[in-house]
Amino acid sequence: MAKRRDRNFLGPAGTSLGLGEFWALTAAGFVLFFAVWGGVAASGWLPPNLLPSPLAVWDTLVRLWNQPFAGHVYAEHLSASIQRFLMGWAIAVGIGVPLGLLMGWYRLLDEIVTPLFDAMRFVAPLAWVPLAALWFGTGIGGPLLIIFVGSFAPCVISAYRGARLVETRLVEAAQTLGASSRQVMLHVLIPGALPSIIAGLRVSAGLGWQSLVGSELIVVGAGLGYLMVQGQGNLNTTVVIAGMVGIGVVGFAIDVLLRAVEAAFKRKWGQA
Amino acid sequence: MPTEARSSGWGFAVPRRAVVGLATVGGALLLWWLATSGLRLLNPLRLPSPQEVWAAFSQISTGQGYGGATLWQHALHSLWLVAKGFAVAVATGIPLGLLMGWSRRAEALINPIFLLLRPIPALAWIPLAIVWFGLGDTGKVFVIWLTAFVPSVINAFTGVRGVDPVLIAAARTQGASTAQVIRHVVVPGAMPMIFTGLRLSLQASWTTLVAAELVGAFFGLGRVLNVAGQDIFPGMILVGMAAVAACGAATTWLLGRAERRVVNWRPAV
Repeated sequence: MAKRRDRNFLGPAGTSLGLGEFWALTAAGFVLFFAVWGGVAASGWLPPNLLPSPLAVWDTLVRLWNQPFAGHVYAEHLSASIQRFLMGWAIAVGIGVPLGLLMGWYRLLDEIVTPLFDAMRFVAPLAWVPLAALWFGTGIGGPLLIIFVGSFAPCVISAYRGARLVETRLVEAAQTLGASSRQVMLHVLIPGALPSIIAGLRVSAGLGWQSLVGSELIVVGAGLGYLMVQGQGNLNTTVVIAGMVGIGVVGFAIDVLLRAVEAAFKRKWGQA
Repeated sequence: MPTEARSSGWGFAVPRRAVVGLATVGGALLLWWLATSGLRLLNPLRLPSPQEVWAAFSQISTGQGYGGATLWQHALHSLWLVAKGFAVAVATGIPLGLLMGWSRRAEALINPIFLLLRPIPALAWIPLAIVWFGLGDTGKVFVIWLTAFVPSVINAFTGVRGVDPVLIAAARTQGASTAQVIRHVVVPGAMPMIFTGLRLSLQASWTTLVAAELVGAFFGLGRVLNVAGQDIFPGMILVGMAAVAACGAATTWLLGRAERRVVNWRPAV
């Protein structure tokens, strides 16, 4: 590389940043975030029921662990949310991925489903809430439909794209060797589409988790979203933020988990 | 994939995809009519008939409207909120993303804040926004800003990092200053990526707004859905959903127009 006399001479991020400086700045960023939050909270400029300090939120988290709020302790809200999410997401994946694969394989199905799909595409997932409540009630069914609607599209699209990206030569080769339609599907199409499907699963899980949060704000009786709404109703901001922390942690964990799965698959099949 | 064209018998070719598509949508509408009105297979409280939806549409479009205003007033209100939140997100997010892309120091310093805040979906901010700003418009603009801000920053950042260093070196060789490089090379180079982020966040903005209005609002399409849900008025629920979809589609179309105008050196995708 050319010697860099001028900062940013060769382009964005042209400055070479030492590892030490990078970590120092990153640490400073974390500290800055909590310092500004804690500082504003401590300054008394905002009343504490609007902006509690980070420590108050931590205390509340610890307290909610043993003491029920909105009918349940924190872990119960957490597990209610996670279970609901997993069920809704599993249904979306279980229907969406096979549908996408079949659409990639049978052209007529593609031509039939795509216009319906396009017609529904712009209906925001949360706009289904009243209809979901009407059809399945506000208990378990309604929120499941919202999560399903939120995470369904990426499952279908990624499986469809994956199936379409499988090289025709491979399919033809299998067929020349006497593979049946079912064998081509199982041994060529699905393995070929897997990388795309897994990438789509990650997107759909993120959207599904988001939809879960939205639906819990509106219709259910337990879960992190419900906890937050109850906290908001009581002007208990620490509870609201404690709920946000849980939602963030679970969302982060889902993303990390699926990224790891994605990376493992890439290693196995050597696809970059 | 090449689309086959079939002779229609009227002397012009009709693409097969369009024929099947129209037949499907027509079939679905017919099925809807048959199930609800023609054969009365479904309880009208579960799925309203097309006539009921039309009646609801007429009711909300004229006179007193529904949920406190007519459909146009609700829709305009929602559109205006999305436009405001989105504009603020663009104005704040893109410069920050460009800065983080340009300077590794800024990236190292600011990235931790994103690491902490990004996993929390904008929807989860709604209760806090209500505590902070009440049920009025400010809270909604705030959550829409949050929805669109993060993708704006990240895509501007990724866009800058994707700019070919050779182009920057070439501009430098011609004697361009840093300001000129940023203005004429880096920003245009990052533009396609920025618009990708905007398209994603526009869709997400509508979801956030509807959720925020369902939780509590005085006006807007989410308010229509909320009141219709409480009144158990299925026809009006469908009108609200269709209106949300129409607004989402219209704003996406507008954004596509803007993209073609701004990124005019590249064929539209």
